[in-house]
Amino acid sequence: MNIIVCIKQVPNTTDVRIDPVTNTLIRDGVESVINPFDAYAIEEAVRIKERCGGKVTALTMGPPQAETALREAISLGCDEAVLVSDRKFAGSDTWATSYTLAAAIRKIGDFDVVLCGKQASDGDTAQVGPGISAHLDIPQVTYIKKILQISAQGARVERMTEEGYDEVETPLPCLFTVVKEINTPRMPSLKGMMRAKSAKPVKWTAADLEADPAALGLEGSPTRVLKIFTPVPRKGGEMLSGSAADVSKELAELLKDMVV
Amino acid sequence: MASITILLDQCTGCTLCLKACPFGAVHMANKKAVIDMAKCTLCGACAGACKFGAIELKDLSGPKRDLSAYKDVWVFCEQKKGHIQSISFELLGEGKKLASKLGVKLCAVILGSGIEPKIAELSERGADKVYLVDHPALQFYQDDPYTEALVKLVEEYKPEIVLCGATTIGRSLISRVAIRTGAGLTADCTGLDIDGKERLLLQTRPAFGGNIMATIVTPRHRPQMATVRHKVMQEAGIDKGNKAEVVRKTYPEEVFKSRTRLIETVEEISETINLSEADIIVAGGRGLGGNEGFAMIGELAKVLNGAVGASRSAVDAGWIPYSHQVGQTGKTVVPKLYIACGISGQIQHLIGMQSSKVIVAINKDPDAPILKVATYGIVGDALEIVPALTREFRRLLGKK
Amino acid sequence: MDYLLTEQQTMIRDLARKIAQEKIKPVAAHYDETEEFAWPIMKILADSDLFGVYLPEQYGGLGGGIMDMCLVTEELSRACGGIALGYAGTGLGTLPILLHGSDDQKKKYLPDIAAGKRLAAFCITEAGAGSDAGSIKTSARKEGGKYILNGTKQWITNAGEAEIYTVIALTDKSKGIRGASAFVVEKGTKGMEFGKKEKKLGIRASATREVIFTDCEIPAENLLAREGMGFIVAMKTLDTSRPGVAAQAVGIAQGALDCALEYARGRVQFGQPISSFQAIQHMLADMGTQVEAARALAYATARMVDSGAKSVSKESAMAKLFASDVAMKVAVDAVQILGGYGYMRDYPAEKYMRDAKITQIYEGTNQIQRNVIAANMLKEALKK
Repeated sequence: MNIIVCIKQVPNTTDVRIDPVTNTLIRDGVESVINPFDAYAIEEAVRIKERCGGKVTALTMGPPQAETALREAISLGCDEAVLVSDRKFAGSDTWATSYTLAAAIRKIGDFDVVLCGKQASDGDTAQVGPGISAHLDIPQVTYIKKILQISAQGARVERMTEEGYDEVETPLPCLFTVVKEINTPRMPSLKGMMRAKSAKPVKWTAADLEADPAALGLEGSPTRVLKIFTPVPRKGGEMLSGSAADVSKELAELLKDMVV
Repeated sequence: MASITILLDQCTGCTLCLKACPFGAVHMANKKAVIDMAKCTLCGACAGACKFGAIELKDLSGPKRDLSAYKDVWVFCEQKKGHIQSISFELLGEGKKLASKLGVKLCAVILGSGIEPKIAELSERGADKVYLVDHPALQFYQDDPYTEALVKLVEEYKPEIVLCGATTIGRSLISRVAIRTGAGLTADCTGLDIDGKERLLLQTRPAFGGNIMATIVTPRHRPQMATVRHKVMQEAGIDKGNKAEVVRKTYPEEVFKSRTRLIETVEEISETINLSEADIIVAGGRGLGGNEGFAMIGELAKVLNGAVGASRSAVDAGWIPYSHQVGQTGKTVVPKLYIACGISGQIQHLIGMQSSKVIVAINKDPDAPILKVATYGIVGDALEIVPALTREFRRLLGKK
Repeated sequence: MDYLLTEQQTMIRDLARKIAQEKIKPVAAHYDETEEFAWPIMKILADSDLFGVYLPEQYGGLGGGIMDMCLVTEELSRACGGIALGYAGTGLGTLPILLHGSDDQKKKYLPDIAAGKRLAAFCITEAGAGSDAGSIKTSARKEGGKYILNGTKQWITNAGEAEIYTVIALTDKSKGIRGASAFVVEKGTKGMEFGKKEKKLGIRASATREVIFTDCEIPAENLLAREGMGFIVAMKTLDTSRPGVAAQAVGIAQGALDCALEYARGRVQFGQPISSFQAIQHMLADMGTQVEAARALAYATARMVDSGAKSVSKESAMAKLFASDVAMKVAVDAVQILGGYGYMRDYPAEKYMRDAKITQIYEGTNQIQRNVIAANMLKEALKK
C-alpha cells in the first residue's frame, strides 16, 4: 500500500510571543515545526504501512528550508520525501496550494491513500485536504478518528462529527484528513534520525509538475489579502478581591443577567 | 508570474510595511524597504500598509473576467436528520445584510431527503428564494452527492456569494465545491462586509493564530465563498409573513452516486451540552490539581446549564477527555460567558476562547496571562472559589 | 559546558532529553506516587532505539559506548531517577554479557535488549552480602548439561519486570568468592521466583524485588566466561557501570537545580523575585558549579572506559562518589530554596532529594568507593 502524507512547516506557536508595545507577533527566533495536526497524519501513515506493508512518502510545498520538516518526517518513519518548491508558488491560497499538491501527487503516481492533518495551525482553514481530493477527483473522508479496517479493497473509518461519529466505507485511492484523537504520535527513533540525516528528498519545481502556470501561486489564487491589521487587544477588566465567599458573591451579582 | 517591487523613488523609509509584514520579510537598508524574497509570500500586506504607493504588487495579468452574470447571496443550510442546524439561521441573518447591501436576493440552499416541510422554516428566516434538491441519497451527508448537487446549482444559477457553516460537514463540502467551481474561499470569517464599489465581499478572519486579522477578497473569481463558525453571527429573526420563492431541482441519478458509503451514524451521549454550542462554558486547567477539581467544575457548569471545557495540560494529565479541550489543538469556542478556573492562559488556549463575550478568570498566579484578557479576574485558589461560586449561583437561580 | 560530543551523541542526548521532558516529566509524580513500573515509557525508549546506543551494531545496537549510555541515563534521570533506572538497570544487567559473553550468547540476548524488547537485571546482592559482596551464598551446582541454582538475591533492580538476569552464584563453595561464576537466567525458568515489591524512600518507579532460586535448572551454555570468573565478571561490570550511576546522579542533580532555578525566578518575596537575593544566588552558583564538575568527571570517566583503558576502578569510583554526593547536596539545597513548597509533594524538589539518596548507596556505598579509591592510590604509590 502506497501512502502519501501531506505536511506543512509552520511556526511553533509555543514559541510565539506578542510584542507588548505593537501587539504584533514576534517571529524572530520562532522555530519552524511540522504542523501539529500533520504529526497525527504521519503516525497514521506509518501505522498503515506497518499493518499492510508498502511505503510512505512525505510531501510538502514550501520554501527550501521546509526540507527540515521532511527530514523529521523520515525520522518518524516515512520512507521517501518530496519537496515542491518554487518562487512561482509564492502567494498561493488554498485553491492554488491544493492544485500544486495534487499535481505533485499525480507525479508521484502510484498511491492508495493520501493523508492530511485536519488543518494547519497557522492558516486554520481545513481547506487544502478536501481541495486536493477535489483536484484529484478521488473520494475523501475528513476528520477521521479511527481506521477500522484497511486493505487494497478499501477502508472503513470513523469520521468525527459534532455529535459523535459516522462509520464510513470507501474504496481506494482515497484522501483522509485526521484529527488528534486518531493516535499518539511516536517519538523519532535514532535509526530514523540517522536515515533522515542522509536522506535526499526529491525536489520538484513548477516546471517538474507539468502544471498550468496560470493555476499556480498568486496568479492561480482566487483570493487576495486586502489588508492585515492588529485587532484591538482585549483589555483586562476588573480585578475582584476579597475572601472566596466575598468574591463569589460579587461575581455572581455581576454575572446574574447572563446566567438566568 | 506575480511579482512585488519596492519603488525606491516613492519609498520614504517610514517602516510601515516592515510592521505590517506578518512574515518578517521586510527590512530597512539605506532608509529604504527591502523585501527578502525567501520569506515573502506575496500576501500583499505591505502594499496595503504603504501610504506612499511605493510597493507594487503585480499579479492581475490577463483579461478581467466578466463577473456580471453572478448575483445573489446564497446560504448553504445544513440539515441533520431533517433538522436545519442553527448555524444556518445565523448565516441567513448575516446573508440578509449582505444581500441588501448588494441589492440582491438572499437564497437558502437545502439538500436532503423529504425536506419539503423545511421550506417554511427557511422562508420565515428571511430567505427570498429557496433552492431545494430532494433525493434519498442526500438524506445523510456524503461528500460526493452533496458536492455534485451543489456544484450543479452553482454552475446553473451563478451566485455572487455563498456562505457556509464552518462545521465538519460545511468545511468538507465547500472546500471541494470551491475547487470545482473555481471560486475563492475564505475560512472561519469573523466579519463580513461589502465593498460597494467593486461589489466585493470583505472577509475578515483571524490569521497566524488569531493575533492578526486579515481581510480577504476575491477580486476576479465568482462565487465568493466563505465559511463562518458557529455563534459568530446573529441569528436571523422570524418573520412568519415572508414567503420565499421555491426552486426545486432534480438531476439525473449519476449526480447522486457516492463512492463512499455511510454505514452508520453514532451519537455519543454526552451528559453536558456540546462545547461549541454552549452559551456558558466553565473550563479548568492544571490549577485544579486533578479529577476532584474537575468534579467541582462540573457542578458549577451544571448549575449554570453550561458545558465543561479544559486546557490542554488538564487533558494531557488525563483528568478529562480530549473532547473537552479548548484551544489551538482543541475546539474554538465563542460562548457568552467563559469561566476559566486554574488555567494560566497559554497562547494556544487563548486562541481558542478569547472571542468569548465575557471572560472570568480565577488563578493563583497574579501574573497569569489569562487575567490580562479577563473581563473579571480573581487572584485566588480555584478550588476554594469555584465551590463558593456554585453555592452563590445555586442560591441566585433558586436551584437546589 | 561544551563536551565536544560527536554528532551521533548530540542526537542521542537531544532525543533522550525530548523524551524525558515531554513524556517522562509529566508522569514522574504519578509513578512516584503509585510505585508502578513505567512500561509505557519503556516502550517509548525501546521504539526510539535508546536501549541500543551502547551495544555493537552487529547485535542490533548503534555502536556507541558507555558515554552514550551515560548521556541517556543523565537526561532520563533529570526527569525521573526512578524511571531512568528501568533503562540504567538494564544496562547493568547487560554488561556481563557484553563484556564476557561468547558470540553465541551475545547473538542470543543482545539484539532483543538493543531493541528494548526485553529488559535486563543484574543479581549479586544478598541479605548477608551487601558491601561484602564476597560473602554471597547462592549456589550453582553442575549436573550433566545443566546448572542448578539455589539461593535468594535481594534488592534486585528491575526484578520481576526484566526478562534477562545475569546472576553471580558459587559453583565451588570451597573457594569462596574465587569459586563464583556468572550465569544468564531467563524469566520463566522453572524454580525462579520473585519476592514482593520493596517499598522505598525514593526511585519508587523502579521495581526492586528479591529473586529466589529453588532448584532452578539452567542449561550449561548459560554460563558466562568460565567457572570461577564470577567475581571478576562482577567487578568489571561494576567498574564499567559506575559512570552510569554518576550520570544518573548528575541527572537528578540537574533536575533539582532546574526546579530550584525556575522557582527562584518566579517566587516573589519582599516585593522581588527571590533570585535577586544574594543568599539564593550564591546557593544557585554553588549548585551549578558542583553539577558541572560532577558531569565533567562522569563524562571523562565514561570516555576512559570507552577508550579501552585497562583499569578504571579508581576513576569510576571517584565519578560515582563525587556525583552522588553532589546529587544529594544539590537536591537538599533545591528543597531549601523552595522552602515550604520544597517540602510539599506538589513540587518535584522533595522527590529529587529522595531519589538522590540511593545514588550514595547502591552499586557500592560511597564508603566502599572511598576504600577502592584509597586502595588504588596506595597501590599506584607503591609502584612508583
